[in-house]
Amino acid sequence: MHLIKLTALAFLLFVTGVQADVPLPQISKGDGDSCVRPTDDMRYNHMEFIKHQRVETMHRGIRTEKDSLKQCITCHAVKDDEGEFVRKTDNRHFCTSCHNYAAVTIDCFQCHTDTPRSTDIHEPLAQGH
Amino acid sequence: MSEKEQVNLTRRKLIGGTAAAMAGLTIAPGIILVETSQARGKDEAVTDAVRWGILINTNNCTSDCTGCVDACQNENGWGAGSTDETHSAPNQKAQWIRKVKVTDKETGYAKTLPMMCQHCENPPCVDVCPTGASFKRVDGIVLVDKHICIGCRYCMMACPYKARSFIHETLTDQRSYAPRGQGTVESCTMCVHRVDDGKDPACVEACSSSFNSAMIFGDLNDPSSEISKELQRHGGERIRADLRLNPGVRYQGIYG
Repeated sequence: MHLIKLTALAFLLFVTGVQADVPLPQISKGDGDSCVRPTDDMRYNHMEFIKHQRVETMHRGIRTEKDSLKQCITCHAVKDDEGEFVRKTDNRHFCTSCHNYAAVTIDCFQCHTDTPRSTDIHEPLAQGH
Repeated sequence: MSEKEQVNLTRRKLIGGTAAAMAGLTIAPGIILVETSQARGKDEAVTDAVRWGILINTNNCTSDCTGCVDACQNENGWGAGSTDETHSAPNQKAQWIRKVKVTDKETGYAKTLPMMCQHCENPPCVDVCPTGASFKRVDGIVLVDKHICIGCRYCMMACPYKARSFIHETLTDQRSYAPRGQGTVESCTMCVHRVDDGKDPACVEACSSSFNSAMIFGDLNDPSSEISKELQRHGGERIRADLRLNPGVRYQGIYG
């Protein structure tokens, strides 16, 4: 009986110890001096700004950059040691780092690209038709 | 959104350089005060002052040319422009635009033409959409708001032009201006990102610059636009006109 109690105590200590040790996300600094809004505002409300902008862009054709997801990705892209942009699955990715910590799933990247990679570059069209 | 909220001459009209587009005020003989016209700013909403359309002259469209399809794939990152959809059967894969051959069985008269979303004035895909994801922008471009699309595919069944595709697989590396994803329906956007930037759709640009110059893009509401003038001169057919959907995409020469 005594052994069971000790084991349970050890387990509890282990669990709480682990919880206390979860490291805070290492959030990379974006390009430029400051974000489009104060950091505190962005931390709490970025999803609302992006959501508002998505409706404005999709339905009304307003393509300002301030609250656009594209602009978030552009400024906050993180490169790995080889100089490649890290993907959403990498914990160094700006969005992923925090969302993993907060255990909140991001849906954006099911459709939107997660890096400002060169997929937008227009390749020259094939000639000779 | 009020009709008068943003009434501005577009850059396209300005470049058109016609007297009608450049509303002028004669202040003295020979001196005309021309209003300053600008492209729609990034912060300005689209208006129903314009209705975008494409006119396709099938007499210039050759059967061996896929210039418009290639340009669309490259621009919007589907088909050959993408490395995804590897598990889907060919008839399941996304097809924003395709070349179709039409033949008059009696005479044997055959034409090929590019078929894509016809950007109807009265789109059935919008009528049937249960969530409002399928919608028509006020400037006539019919789109899918994938944020609220639930992938029910009613719109695919409602569309008489078979213009829409459903994405069955997880996609990666989409173009930043053309987001696409699993579980949603998609179709030709008339290159809305380019149109908003004052450019022609990729298919029209490719056809005009490198291929057969069979396509004209422009404002159907503006009588002085190239597309309107050509429609006035030579007319244009609406495919399945009997359905009274009034498509924004018109064709010439298909009925021989």
